[in-house]
Amino acid sequence: MTGLLIIALVTLVPAAVAMALRNVIHSALLLILSWAGIAAFYFWAGAEFLAFSQVLVYVGAISMVVLFAVLLTRHTRTDGGVAPDTLGRALAGLLIGGAVLGVLFGAVLSTPLPIGSKPAAAVTVHGLGVELMERHTIALLVVGVLLTVALLGAVVLAASDSRSGPEDAR
Amino acid sequence: MILTPLHLCLLLSSALFCIGLIGALSRSSSILVLLGVELMLNAANLNFIAFWRYGPNPAAGTGVLFVLFSIAVAAAEAAVGLALVIAIYRHQRSIRLQDARRLKG
Amino acid sequence: MNAMPGIFAAATGADSLLERWPILFRDTVAGFFPAPLQWLVGSLISILAIVAIFGGVFAALTLLERKMLGRVQNRPGPNRTGPFGLLQPIADGIKMLTKEDIVPRSADHLLHFLAPVALLAFSILTFAVIPFGRNLVPLELDAAVLYFFAAGAATELAIFMAGWASRNKFSLLAAMRALAQLISYELPLLLSFVPIIMLAGTLSMTGIIDQQAGWNFGFIPKWYIFTPWGFAAFAIFLVAALAESNRSPFDLPEAESELIAGHLTEYSGFKYALFFMAEYFGMIALSGMAITLFLGGWRAPLPFLEFIPSYLWFGAKLLGLLLLFIWIRGTFPRLRMDQLTRLAWKFLVPLALFNLGTAAFWSLTSGWSGPLQLARWGVAIALVVVPFVLLGRGLSRGVAPRTYRFA
Repeated sequence: MTGLLIIALVTLVPAAVAMALRNVIHSALLLILSWAGIAAFYFWAGAEFLAFSQVLVYVGAISMVVLFAVLLTRHTRTDGGVAPDTLGRALAGLLIGGAVLGVLFGAVLSTPLPIGSKPAAAVTVHGLGVELMERHTIALLVVGVLLTVALLGAVVLAASDSRSGPEDAR
Repeated sequence: MILTPLHLCLLLSSALFCIGLIGALSRSSSILVLLGVELMLNAANLNFIAFWRYGPNPAAGTGVLFVLFSIAVAAAEAAVGLALVIAIYRHQRSIRLQDARRLKG
Repeated sequence: MNAMPGIFAAATGADSLLERWPILFRDTVAGFFPAPLQWLVGSLISILAIVAIFGGVFAALTLLERKMLGRVQNRPGPNRTGPFGLLQPIADGIKMLTKEDIVPRSADHLLHFLAPVALLAFSILTFAVIPFGRNLVPLELDAAVLYFFAAGAATELAIFMAGWASRNKFSLLAAMRALAQLISYELPLLLSFVPIIMLAGTLSMTGIIDQQAGWNFGFIPKWYIFTPWGFAAFAIFLVAALAESNRSPFDLPEAESELIAGHLTEYSGFKYALFFMAEYFGMIALSGMAITLFLGGWRAPLPFLEFIPSYLWFGAKLLGLLLLFIWIRGTFPRLRMDQLTRLAWKFLVPLALFNLGTAAFWSLTSGWSGPLQLARWGVAIALVVVPFVLLGRGLSRGVAPRTYRFA
């Protein structure tokens, strides 16, 4: 139980601070910490394989892409002052978020849930592999196709169009 | 009213979801909006794992597999989303969402 | 948590005393403590042993590297401190500790401090799953290979932190380069060990080593490097590992002729030393991984040499690989950034994908025997060599052969 509380602290505090900071790099680094906390939650829940996948994908890959995007899009113009509509948007966002939080907390707290008495049987990597290749083959193939298409799409979107020279020369 | 571990897990995931929601709604940097959406996705994954762990049938790895697929989709989403951000930046010289309104009628 | 019983059960092997004394020593010391604390004490002893041994290896390696580079470049290398310069690491350590620690005024102080610490922590974390000898695995995990690469993936993040927090244009360029390099080389690194996992059918390090037990014809060990696809995977792994650990010829983030010292520019004193320590630790960890995946782990290369304790074999293989890395550093010139990414995306990744097919063929034809065995080898070797030649030609089109007009 204390483990869960520590994990909650490591996950929630960096995420909350990251969403409030003005420095995008700091936000990204704090969010990476939060993702690592989520990986710790998976480990705590007994899904080792998932925890390592989370670290590998989020801390290893997505974080790199995010940081790269931040560095490639250094915004110099908007650093000066806070835009006038920002405060209103932030307030509205906080209100909506708080309302959703209240609804979710109320729903969770008022629902009687079965007490998890028996410890979960550890799902081995081998078992996961068998399950993946036998029952979920179609899903696996679809994910493979999706990842390939996403990779190609990302390359096409991000590649600078060399024919429209004046656009890049600015 | 007894707080079971499952309750705590669900509270954790809903708090994370709301942090992501607030971030996605109130920030103007499109990268941070994308990261907020990413956080909401992660909160959903937490729920899958919580229900898998304390559900009636933890021996079946369905929850784990679902999260595995979800992580793969999230990776694809992040790659495409950030490529979009870079493409927007190339056209607008800014990644603020308010500036990307060329298509507004 | 669930790995803890395994640690204590491991000591009951029927091996010689020479083989078992590290485990016996740890269990004896842990036995002096009350039962709830035993796993903690046992783990602490493992951690202390790893840090002490590899700290010593690091010190020796700095000297070895400088001596060998000196040999390659036809100069003596360090030879003033102690006999043959043997005390040079100690002198270096004192120098690093007593130097002033300078932090730039505009630097991001917290990140500037955290970067070397995080880098070192992550590179030490990777040691946790490497089998250093028979039963000598600090942490037995079901998904150990995945753990290794998850912990290793975070090191490049620390390099980015160092480069960004310094607020120096050279450091920032180095950080960008480090990110690009990681994104490019993570893929071939991961793809190179997928055939091993496919053939071994497990992600656990001990399981993979168990699969490499035994001998062909009584003397050729059944290591994965002695199969066509295994050799190709080892070559890809080696190149990608060099790039991952920022070693020359892939040390673009700290290319001194272009970027002063890259992400290290604004670091001094002990923090600078920490970066070097982390680089060497990363190199040692990746070598340990290569030994486990391709070189049969702690197994002896010949049947009659099995009386030598397994950890010594691991050490010997480790030393061999490290010397190979130093040799490569002394031999090859540094790549350019575009060459680096082109090598990864146009050569290593397709080659690794082809290799996956070769491994699948090898796995499907495991029942062939007699003359079919020869055909199996022939087809597998062709499947490795033909893509290599074709891709290599494509890679050097327009670049080679080069005519040297002034040479």
